[in-house]
Amino acid sequence: MTTYFFGDTAVLTGRTLRHVTRSMDTIITTAITPIAMMLMFVYVFGGAIDTGSDKYVNYMLPGILLITIASGIAYTALRLFTDMTSGIFDRFQSMPIARSGVLWAHVLTSLVANLISLVVVVVVALLMGFRSGAGVLAWLAVAGILLLFTLALTWIAVIAGLSAKTAEGGGAFAYPLIFLPFLSSAFVPTATMPGPVRAFAENQPVTSIVNTIRDLFAQQPVGDDIWTALAWCVGVLVVAYLFAMVAYRKKIA
Amino acid sequence: MTARPAADVAIRVRGLEKSYGKLEVLRGVDFDVARGSIFALLGSNGAGKTTTVRILATLLKADAGTAGVNDFDVATQAADVRASISLTGQFAAVDEILSGRENLVLVAKLRHLKDPGAIADDLLRRFSLTDAAARRVSAYSGGMRRRLDIAMSLIGNSPVIFLDEPTAGLDPEARIEVWQTVKQLAGSGTTVLLTTQYLDETEQLADRIAILHEGRIIANGTLAELKQLLPAATVEYVEKQPTLEEVFLAVIGDKNGAAGTITREQG
Repeated sequence: MTTYFFGDTAVLTGRTLRHVTRSMDTIITTAITPIAMMLMFVYVFGGAIDTGSDKYVNYMLPGILLITIASGIAYTALRLFTDMTSGIFDRFQSMPIARSGVLWAHVLTSLVANLISLVVVVVVALLMGFRSGAGVLAWLAVAGILLLFTLALTWIAVIAGLSAKTAEGGGAFAYPLIFLPFLSSAFVPTATMPGPVRAFAENQPVTSIVNTIRDLFAQQPVGDDIWTALAWCVGVLVVAYLFAMVAYRKKIA
Repeated sequence: MTARPAADVAIRVRGLEKSYGKLEVLRGVDFDVARGSIFALLGSNGAGKTTTVRILATLLKADAGTAGVNDFDVATQAADVRASISLTGQFAAVDEILSGRENLVLVAKLRHLKDPGAIADDLLRRFSLTDAAARRVSAYSGGMRRRLDIAMSLIGNSPVIFLDEPTAGLDPEARIEVWQTVKQLAGSGTTVLLTTQYLDETEQLADRIAILHEGRIIANGTLAELKQLLPAATVEYVEKQPTLEEVFLAVIGDKNGAAGTITREQG
């Protein structure tokens, strides 16, 4: 059956991609919250926040992009959960196909859907005055880190989609992830935070990822942050993948 | 039950057991299904019908016992079993966001068949769905969804088909349509394992009936054999009243259904 893995995965990915293109509201819903936050922070709070950088929108865009991904993967979990409850997951699993292709189709679709949302948010940021002198390589590095972060969170979403009992439960896991950037260097420098909060903020994954992307956009040397960021992404990815496989095995017997 | 040569048996189940925690769902289920026949697994809700079908469709592992489909073991030759079967689950397993035609094309592609479009168009015609082909399935009625669901199961001409409560929630007309499809399938040599809780459905369709009760098969035979389990019939004169189903179908003017029912009674 492995001979059909790529063909079957491509056919199944085509199916889930249609779910995205036929309900563009999921893309808009994913992008609207980060855009609203961006407007609030830039035009309401931003003036009172001293970040030491020239434009606040330049400072906060990396964190906003991570929030976009965290809210986007809630739909990945929801699409998978819908397949589980509608019986179509069982239909595919009882057919002579590469069975894991069903899961990979959802993962690939998650990457595409989040990429579209990220592009929408970046375009709005550009309209709001975001500017970067970063070259092609730096942009590619940013894209690579965001892709890796999306992949890591997508496998967390797969765990949620496979094991949720209700649709609400399938999406609820995303809320802590959406709020994680607020307890990081995404919106204010960590130096302004009280001791324990600062300790948490400086040692959680979002800070290193945000700092790396910010430095890449600002054409600054990224330092050790990029290794910490990559280590977090790969670490979360591996652990989430393993737990997703456990949840998957439970479902397919 | 008389022993049959292995070649004539499409599904063989021996001592199947399955528990969910402390709840024993199957407690030693045995039955054989002859090739090309319609076999009904009859039982009330929670009797273990769906659990049996899920084990046979390689979606669930049994705790004990063996099951073979088309001479392949469900535990050790799962991929071969999947190549031999088609499952129509309890809930119409169709993609709501795709159109009816896209659903059929999807399954044809996954079964690696040539010309998925032509296969889809042919099935749409056979199941009177051509007019709705381009519409999203979320706009289909329950009966149309079920028809599409069964049409999807026919793609690839699997020798064995599992139909888990195929008429649950359907109106009388749609039920009769499903019955006719099932009869056609068996007529063309497909083995059909049907689960149902409707007694009239079992009488209409099944060559052989097994009654599953509290995780065991408590009766297994043809309709005539099962009738002999009761004391001999006594002759009484009763005026023949039409059933409500016959009245309903006559009033809404469904010739097919009414004719089908009547023919069956004469036969």
